[in-house]
Amino acid sequence: MKDVVIIGAGVIGGAVARELSKYKLDICILEKCADVAMGATRANSAIVHAGFDAKEGSLKAKLNVMGSEMMENYAHELGVKYKRNGSLVVGFSDEDKNTLEELRARGEANGVRGLRVISREEILKIEPSIGEGVTCALHAPTGAIICPYELCMATVGNAMDNGAELKLNFEVKAIEKIDGGYKVSSEKESVCARYVINCAGVYSDAVAKMAGDDSFTVIPRRGEYMLLDKECGSLVSHTIFRCPSKMGKGILVSPTVDGNLLLGPTAENIDDKEDKSTTAAGLAKVRMQANEQVAGINFGKIITSFTGLRSVGSTGDFIINEKDGFINCAGIESPGLSSAPAIGQYVRELIENSGEKLIKNESFNGARRPMHYFKECTEEEKNAIIAENPAYAHIICRCEMTSEGEIVEAIHTNPKPHDLDAIKRRTRSGMGRCQGGFCSPYVVEILARELGVDYVDITKFGGESYINIGKTKEV
Amino acid sequence: MNTKAVKEINCELVVVGGGPAGMAAAVAAYEDGLRDILILERDDNLGGILRQCIHNGFGLHRFGEELTGPEYAYRYEKMVRDYGIPFMTDTMVTGISKDRVVTAQNTKEGIFKIRAGAVILAMGCRERPKGALNIAGHRPAGIYTAGTAQKFVNMKGYMPGREVVILGSGDIGLIMARRMTLEGAKVKAVCELMPYSGGLARNIEQCLKDFDIPLMLSHTVVEIHGKDRLTGVTIGKVDENRRPIPETFEYIPCDTLLLSCGLIPENELTKDAGISLDRVTNGAIVDGDRETEIEGVFACGNVLHVHDLVDYVSEEASIAGHAAVRFIRHETSKTVNVQVKADGQIRYTVPQKLTEVAPTRVYFRVADVYRDKKVVVAVGDKVLYEKKKQKLAPGEMETVELTDKMIAEAAELGGVLEFKLV
Repeated sequence: MKDVVIIGAGVIGGAVARELSKYKLDICILEKCADVAMGATRANSAIVHAGFDAKEGSLKAKLNVMGSEMMENYAHELGVKYKRNGSLVVGFSDEDKNTLEELRARGEANGVRGLRVISREEILKIEPSIGEGVTCALHAPTGAIICPYELCMATVGNAMDNGAELKLNFEVKAIEKIDGGYKVSSEKESVCARYVINCAGVYSDAVAKMAGDDSFTVIPRRGEYMLLDKECGSLVSHTIFRCPSKMGKGILVSPTVDGNLLLGPTAENIDDKEDKSTTAAGLAKVRMQANEQVAGINFGKIITSFTGLRSVGSTGDFIINEKDGFINCAGIESPGLSSAPAIGQYVRELIENSGEKLIKNESFNGARRPMHYFKECTEEEKNAIIAENPAYAHIICRCEMTSEGEIVEAIHTNPKPHDLDAIKRRTRSGMGRCQGGFCSPYVVEILARELGVDYVDITKFGGESYINIGKTKEV
Repeated sequence: MNTKAVKEINCELVVVGGGPAGMAAAVAAYEDGLRDILILERDDNLGGILRQCIHNGFGLHRFGEELTGPEYAYRYEKMVRDYGIPFMTDTMVTGISKDRVVTAQNTKEGIFKIRAGAVILAMGCRERPKGALNIAGHRPAGIYTAGTAQKFVNMKGYMPGREVVILGSGDIGLIMARRMTLEGAKVKAVCELMPYSGGLARNIEQCLKDFDIPLMLSHTVVEIHGKDRLTGVTIGKVDENRRPIPETFEYIPCDTLLLSCGLIPENELTKDAGISLDRVTNGAIVDGDRETEIEGVFACGNVLHVHDLVDYVSEEASIAGHAAVRFIRHETSKTVNVQVKADGQIRYTVPQKLTEVAPTRVYFRVADVYRDKKVVVAVGDKVLYEKKKQKLAPGEMETVELTDKMIAEAAELGGVLEFKLV
């Protein structure tokens, strides 16, 4: 019997696993997809919110402010790119200005520091490309950006380096209460544990139900995004939110930590928990709103568009609770990413409060080498690494300048990747402006070689996502 | 962290790229007597994209015979090898500075720098990817640019799929329609957003018509279906503003979507060096020598503007090669500054400016399909050149030969040479 089973290897499952790996616990993470970070974690706004959004006194407000304060050190220790770029919520009218004042007051009540409502003149000083119709903004200097899937890979990887186990392609189908714990089963195998932690994102209501808890539901909310070439990444330096109105929260325009420009998301509740399609109407809406918030966006430089599904819980707040060793982390919509480190701690406290005496893992090492350390090296440092292993000089992805050495290293680093998109998230190979046009045939080759499998067995993202169907003359 | 020094070497002429442009430029420089040349090629062999273009149709202008891509490339590779022109393969250039210091890396040397007397940029182009097209729907496996599929099939020996729809009728798309058919796949349609194809007329005949593959003009893909692997696409006709007409939407089951929606010159290095680009060609702004705004840095081939035939790539590259040698030997005499302007019906010209009074061939492309038009070159009201054309199409490059007299006259009469269709 394991001590802990975590269902779902997203940014929340990862944060929980990493926190618990500081203690002498036998941890197993179950993930239904072929890689970690495959749900909302890989497609969201990549923002660490300052914390003025959530209602005072809510779990969201408490964990957001706490998580936001923890995040800088947390990211640094895990080697994850993080940048405190500040955010602006921009308004277009006097009515908006009133809303911004309300947000400021709420933020201050939540404990957010440095909030100020500023005029167009002041905005122009810090963001010259702001949209023409913008008249005022709430400036939050503590807002930050981070790469969410990188954070997830780092937390899961660090938990694994400290002894946690990750089972990919493990889709939980049944949870059975057994003596002293639970039996969690897929169609093929079972894992038993004293504690089960439900971090299953949009499926967390279904997972809770398997354990007999039908106290909440989760619906997927579709958010469509566009990502622009790095050429456009410096158009704005702050994250530019839109003042919430009767029309909803609106989209954001933000630089990413990797230097691209991100636009989105739309917000549309849907039924299908797998429907990550983009729509012509959604993308048009993103484009229209982005143009109002920021002037001079070059839409000719879009490199990809995508959809993320947020987990909207039926209670309006995060649903984090414990009963008989079964812990829910559900309804973790925005500000879930910002709250992740705090959620990890909160879950650990729930376990302690349930009567478990946790013993420190003395050999715990919370540090992790940044996934992009090689790219950050000086030319002389790179040359020393290349002298040891020439593969670091062999460029595979010409847009992002990723070398074979970096790809091979990623293949053998926790959590280990098995497909093309997993390599992309780890090394940025295929993430650039040609979107894998040149590098993917080579990456497939390297993956097949390192994993000892056939070329045709390599997929884009697991499942039936085959890249090639067979050899020529044979199909 | 350990460190290791970055080696610096000197070289009179560095050629970035060992495809058809880079090789032809180096050969031209060699034939002018220059010996201190270095070609840097990122792939494991010289030849560039021609290596995967195993179809024929190359070389009619340059060699007077029809060759396959690899054969054409080998003609130049053989010259490079026979002359003993130095080259490095598997070598990536990562930066070029304003004072012509080239940073490169490979597995033998690590990162190293070359102080170059002159630099010729010949990095070629890449295809416009799916993301840039912003098609709605899912993002399954099974969507490739035509060139990526060509690499899988021709170089790696793997089939990307069985039932294919192609979006865009660029030449690589047309070639791949035939290639996939010959390999046993079913190509169900080639959709082209524009009311005309951007590919060569001969490719439409030989790659589509001969195989009964429908070319659907004014059509586009409006939605992508399939969560893991592509299961189908919805296509539709577009109105004159290129907006899809919902009543015409049609679902086509397929497991593969190939994209042939335009080529983009690969000018990241050019931009990093601070060279400004022509907004239409997406290549550097050059004079008749193909010299960019940084002295001693030249550009040629598809990195400068996308060519229709490799024969013209070689031709342009040798212009750059000869000019680089004259630059190194201080033999250049740039005495005029004539701007070449295109009227819009003519989309662009290369070169965009003329700095020497010497016979110059100007390449251009038109913006639409035109019939019975006159190509006119004029300075103000004064017509210097005109020629009737029965048909002009965006897919085919055109040329005008400017004499030294015309250029001298243009310089005298105000310095702006207009290219127009009337």
